[in-house]
Amino acid sequence: MNNSTALKIALIGNPNCGKTTLFNQLTGSNQHVGNFPGVTVEKKEGSIRKHKGVTVIDLPGIYSLSPYTAEEVVTRDYLLQEKPDCIINIIDATSIERNLYLTLQLMELDLPMVLALNMMDEVRASGASIDIAKLQEELGIPVVPISASKNEGTEELTLRTIKIAEQQQRPKKLDFCKGYVHTAIHSIAHLIVDEAKQAGLPLRFAATKIVEGDEPVMTALKLMEPEIDIIGHIVEDMESHLKTDREAAMADMRYAYIEKVCAATVVKAGETKEHLRSVKIDNILTHKYFAIPIFLGIMLLVFWLTFGLFGAALSNLLAMGIDEFTALTSQAMQSAGVSPALHSLVIDGVFVGVGSVLSFLPTIVILFCFLSILEDSGYMARVAFVMDKLLRKIGLSGRSFVPMLIGFGCSVPAIMATRTLPSERDRKMTILLTPFMSCSAKLPIYATFTAAFFSEYEALVMFSLYVMGILVGILYGLLLQKTIYKGKPVPFVMELPSYRFPAPKTVLLHMWEKAKDFLIKAFTIIFIATIIIWVLQSFDFGFNMVTDSQNSMLASLGKLLAPIFKPLGFADWRAATALITGLTAKEAVISTFAVLMNASDTSAVISMLSEVFTPLQAFSFLTFCLLYMPCVAAMAAVKREMGGYRIALAAMTFQTIIAWISAFVVYQIGLFIF
Amino acid sequence: MKLNELKVGTSGVVRKIGGEGALRRRLLDMGITPNTKIMIRKVAPMGDPIELHLRSYELTIRLDDAKKIEVEELSS
Repeated sequence: MNNSTALKIALIGNPNCGKTTLFNQLTGSNQHVGNFPGVTVEKKEGSIRKHKGVTVIDLPGIYSLSPYTAEEVVTRDYLLQEKPDCIINIIDATSIERNLYLTLQLMELDLPMVLALNMMDEVRASGASIDIAKLQEELGIPVVPISASKNEGTEELTLRTIKIAEQQQRPKKLDFCKGYVHTAIHSIAHLIVDEAKQAGLPLRFAATKIVEGDEPVMTALKLMEPEIDIIGHIVEDMESHLKTDREAAMADMRYAYIEKVCAATVVKAGETKEHLRSVKIDNILTHKYFAIPIFLGIMLLVFWLTFGLFGAALSNLLAMGIDEFTALTSQAMQSAGVSPALHSLVIDGVFVGVGSVLSFLPTIVILFCFLSILEDSGYMARVAFVMDKLLRKIGLSGRSFVPMLIGFGCSVPAIMATRTLPSERDRKMTILLTPFMSCSAKLPIYATFTAAFFSEYEALVMFSLYVMGILVGILYGLLLQKTIYKGKPVPFVMELPSYRFPAPKTVLLHMWEKAKDFLIKAFTIIFIATIIIWVLQSFDFGFNMVTDSQNSMLASLGKLLAPIFKPLGFADWRAATALITGLTAKEAVISTFAVLMNASDTSAVISMLSEVFTPLQAFSFLTFCLLYMPCVAAMAAVKREMGGYRIALAAMTFQTIIAWISAFVVYQIGLFIF
Repeated sequence: MKLNELKVGTSGVVRKIGGEGALRRRLLDMGITPNTKIMIRKVAPMGDPIELHLRSYELTIRLDDAKKIEVEELSS
């Protein structure tokens, strides 16, 4: 145990620079994952191993401290307001120029700071070298070479960081510029000394941000009219001398300095081995003709392994285990003489409900294993590159393609997978669109109904449902883009990182995190929901246990709701009741029909369904099933990723309205034609 | 000429960056500044976006955005 005092360390760097790997090396599994308040930007915290008092906060991966994306704003606000005791800026030594750009901006914050030069092993292997002592001198901050994936240098990094934090050693140097930019920054700095102090902003940061024309900083400083005028003149003067505008002038100044530093410290022997390998792999994976078939092949393999080979086997195994456990508990309860109501609550309510949701767990864990590998290897960025053109029309980028595709398997992991999207707006839009991709739990509904009504056109009906889901999703996307998510999407200017072998530790931690996330949901929201459904199903309004399911509260609720579906062609109370139970899991729709119609097996359901519905009504019902609000597990995921009950509820309500309208249109057009 | 007019495999030097707001800032932040050398690595299978090589890393941008960047072709 180390007796160091409580310290707060912020870990920050570009995306794909090994930040998560380093965070995992530093903290092990002592992590807590949450969101920054008010936004759905992930915030991870953990204490450093062997230094319990030292907390590391993993800030979002960003390239700059510009005020445009939620991630950048969150990071800025965090650093400015929380003032961590030290910043660890991790950079990828193999693309040092671009990585140092953020470093220069961070140094302006005047916080103690250490530079972790990652992937030094790759640099050395390529025959290149970086003069660490010289780099330290040029930048005025301590530099520690590390290899996060091999856990080299992390020990030294920790010790150096703690020392810097305790001594509050700030960057020694702030001036990187000469000439007109320099003059402008200094003139403005003189002008705003008091305002910056009042606003609690580091002076140098405030001055450069003003030169850049950064709105939030301008507002925070509460400048007076005469000062604004003088600043305007200073900036105009700089612009006219440099023949460029303020933003370009600043970026140019920073990169010019970085080029100078690199020329003095980096000896390049050529491209790294990893980079050359990466280019070769990329020639195949983003090949003009092979890229899309390869992508579909990979996704097919992932789906087959997840939902077929491993997933199904593990799910069955888990289901068997749960059944055994259920039977044992049931016996134990009976022999202990527990009342039938309590027995039914535990067995028919809790065990069956939570059990059916738990059987998703293996699928989710396996799926996230593959997704994490695809993401960490760098392939996901290539999928975005290849598929971008398809999603652009609805205002999204290629990045949203994979979560939506997973939606065809299960909405829950699909919604959880939106975490990796680089913009908050894209994340939210993708979450809203994903449930329209027909999930695999709806297949039994389609299968039963097509067998009952459309036995000659089974494939066609199935296909039309999937296509309808996609079409409604596209329309919804267009609508969202014109209403709540109007305004410019985050520009699609994306790094294509070098292909790398994913770190097993990162993959495992990612799987564990998602599994934990899902388990918490299963035992909170889903647990409560299943109990509610059980109560409704097992009791009448006098709270007597029902023997005939027709008399339950649920059936009464179904009867109450049935008229709503009259314009859609299926005012049958059993249909309405089945739609309600479908909220626990979509498979429950068919089992509810079976219970309510006293059908002994699926073939009995099939023959009885044709007495309740006409084919058109059946198709209308299928349309509604396809589109209406997702199951509780998916709702819980939406709530978590959208950041609140209210917005999740609004989304669910709206989705159900869309389903109603779509089924209405289908039914009315059908009536007109047939 | 514009960046989108460069052929795959050829390089150019950035002269001027157009566009505005978040997009322009992002291009600058990612290292597309005056006098930067950019190589066109490839075009996506559906013809858009394109992959660039600059400052020893790979970047992808859409053709529409590439149109806003003025470059001078380098003879190879």
